[in-house]
Amino acid sequence: MSRPRPSGALGGTSVPRSALATRAATRRTILRGAALSGLAVGGASLLAACGGDSGGGSGSGSGTVKFGINEAEGVGAAHDRLAAIAKAYQKESGTTVELNAVDHNTFQESINTYLQGTPDDVFTWFAGFRMSQFAENGLITDLSDIWPIDGLNDSFKQASTAADGKQYFVPISYYPWAVFYRKSVFEKNGWEAPTTNDDFMALMDDMQGKGITPFAFGDKDGWPAMGTFDILNMRLNGFDFHMSLMAGDEAWDGDEVKLVFDTWRKLLPYHQADPLGRTWQEAATSMGKGDCGMYLLGTFVVDALGENGEDLDFFTFPELDSSIGSDALDAPIDGFCVAAAGKNQEGGKAMAKWLGSAAAADAGNNAADAPFIAANEGASTSTYSDLQKKSAEVVGAAANIAQFMDRDTNADFASTVMIPSIQEFLKNPDDIDGVTSSIQEQAASIFG
Amino acid sequence: MAHIDEAPQQAAAAAPKQGREKRLPARDRITVILMVTVPLLFVLLLVWVPALGSVALSFGKWNGFGDLDTIEWVGFQNYRDIATIYPPFWPAIQHNLIWLGFLFLFPTVLGILLAVVLDREMRGSRFYQTAFYMPVVLSLALIGFIWQLFYSRDQGLINDVFGTQVDWYGDPEINLWAVLLATAWRHTGYIMLIYLAGLKGVDASLREAAAVDGAGEVRTFFNVIFPVMRPINMVVVVIVVIESLRAFDLVWVINKGRNGLEVIGALVAQNVIGEATRYGFGSALAVIMMLISSIFITIYLRTVFREERRG
Repeated sequence: MSRPRPSGALGGTSVPRSALATRAATRRTILRGAALSGLAVGGASLLAACGGDSGGGSGSGSGTVKFGINEAEGVGAAHDRLAAIAKAYQKESGTTVELNAVDHNTFQESINTYLQGTPDDVFTWFAGFRMSQFAENGLITDLSDIWPIDGLNDSFKQASTAADGKQYFVPISYYPWAVFYRKSVFEKNGWEAPTTNDDFMALMDDMQGKGITPFAFGDKDGWPAMGTFDILNMRLNGFDFHMSLMAGDEAWDGDEVKLVFDTWRKLLPYHQADPLGRTWQEAATSMGKGDCGMYLLGTFVVDALGENGEDLDFFTFPELDSSIGSDALDAPIDGFCVAAAGKNQEGGKAMAKWLGSAAAADAGNNAADAPFIAANEGASTSTYSDLQKKSAEVVGAAANIAQFMDRDTNADFASTVMIPSIQEFLKNPDDIDGVTSSIQEQAASIFG
Repeated sequence: MAHIDEAPQQAAAAAPKQGREKRLPARDRITVILMVTVPLLFVLLLVWVPALGSVALSFGKWNGFGDLDTIEWVGFQNYRDIATIYPPFWPAIQHNLIWLGFLFLFPTVLGILLAVVLDREMRGSRFYQTAFYMPVVLSLALIGFIWQLFYSRDQGLINDVFGTQVDWYGDPEINLWAVLLATAWRHTGYIMLIYLAGLKGVDASLREAAAVDGAGEVRTFFNVIFPVMRPINMVVVVIVVIESLRAFDLVWVINKGRNGLEVIGALVAQNVIGEATRYGFGSALAVIMMLISSIFITIYLRTVFREERRG
């Protein structure tokens, strides 16, 4: 279920996701064996053992900090940035940084056993429910004494805060989900990015009239359609409802959620047919070729197009209910946590604080051929593409930021209930009552 | 696959070696004890402990955080939830059974047919053997990718050539059959090779005798060769059953066992490995899978033992 990493506006990842998944499979099988036999903790050593790649150089230093990152060497910019950041910190602080680079999906899927075994001191993670869940279970260290961090504004501080009101996370970068389109296609047809619901509907009707499918859509992997659910829920029921629904505090079979599915049902004729057999890359290609007018996805959409994104632009999903507005969006934030079981707590905290700085972001962006969008407002934007500059503006202007469904809610619920349920809805959009009551029954069992 | 049923046989074979009245010299005794206890230890450690661990876990609710004492024991709730409010479960059972039936009906029969034909030493039979066996060398995960190139709705070969718009992997009505076809492509070669090896071992005089008695090719096969091949037939049956129960890799690469491709193995994986950590729930699914397999294993063992007694 893991989403591709935000590799910036330039194609950052050269290894296909699918290949990563297979590579992960072998270790997963081992982990399953370990987990099933109740030896769950044993798996962690596997993960810890597979990196062990030294951060290079000889730190003349005050101790060693182990740094676990969720990008394997060779995947391109995503790894290069983190490696450069580690090196920069080693140089600046004199602390030796031991880099443990693990494949993205493997890292994400074995995180539980990793944190309960012998984790690295500092590790890459995401803001959101799962970070909060780790905090609640005492797996990550309270970082409230290193906050506030210069250049990280309140919304980032909010995103780094767990349920107990303390910060456990240091953000470094993010990427927004928005409606992407080809500038040239819009220009040729005289279209403009819509701001109101009426403009939006008119635009989609016009596209259909010209034989262009308004929305590209693919949900073979199960997670991309979550983005559509998120944005519709935030537009129709508001950010607060969305977050509390994700936390398991609202009913899934209530009128609010039914309204979301019903609106979605009405929008489905404007989407590409048969989404369940199509990957997001294939959907992105249809938008790239101009068969489809728009595509609601993260900025990683450019990765599938194999170009630098100069002919791409985006707008945030327009308002659907004027009393709610359109100032919330999904913008998953990546960053770092300090593992509670890490040996060097002080060193880890010191490094985490530095990782939030503008210097850390710059060190990463200057070293890689595709930059990320830095969370720190003091970071240099000189390496950004136009798309990234605009992303930074849009997210900066947003009043509320969600992290995407699979980061905002219980992972068990997201992957074993929501993915099949949304797919069921897409197969059979008229049975909204059936889908919502099934979700509610399972939610009650999981959250209960 | 085939070696799964070899292991217990070895252990069983070791036992009667120590004759009761004849006392063995000390060295031999130690050897025998080692030969029995070491495999036994491995079987216990690698098969029974995890299996019983899964059974125990299946009565609890545990997300993997904290020690084992954080498991919340919920009795049969996981099983109840699976049967009542977990929508993928019944389709998964159905798909596993379809898988089993399909493998028996088509690829297995086809594999046997190919073996019989290739056994006739026709020209180029080596070439055909290699060609049919080739897919077996590939992992099912790789086969998933290869067929994706054929099946992709927008960019796939099949839709391109025929100008159709069929959503082979996405339409839950047909994706199971699309996947079964891909599995069959591999399974046929596998069965063919096993059967071919068996046919080579059939005493040629049997055929001659049948020919002398005036039996035709078809009759010879069904009345003489097929009964003689009984041990191989048994192996084939077991392989087919095991292959269909452990159906997992292919659907996992395609869509992680969702949307029409639910199979029990994939459901276990979805709940236990990966990001979701519903260890109790996943274990309950695994236990159900184990029970289903035990039915087939029991049938198989009973047949084998009955055979041995007769022999």
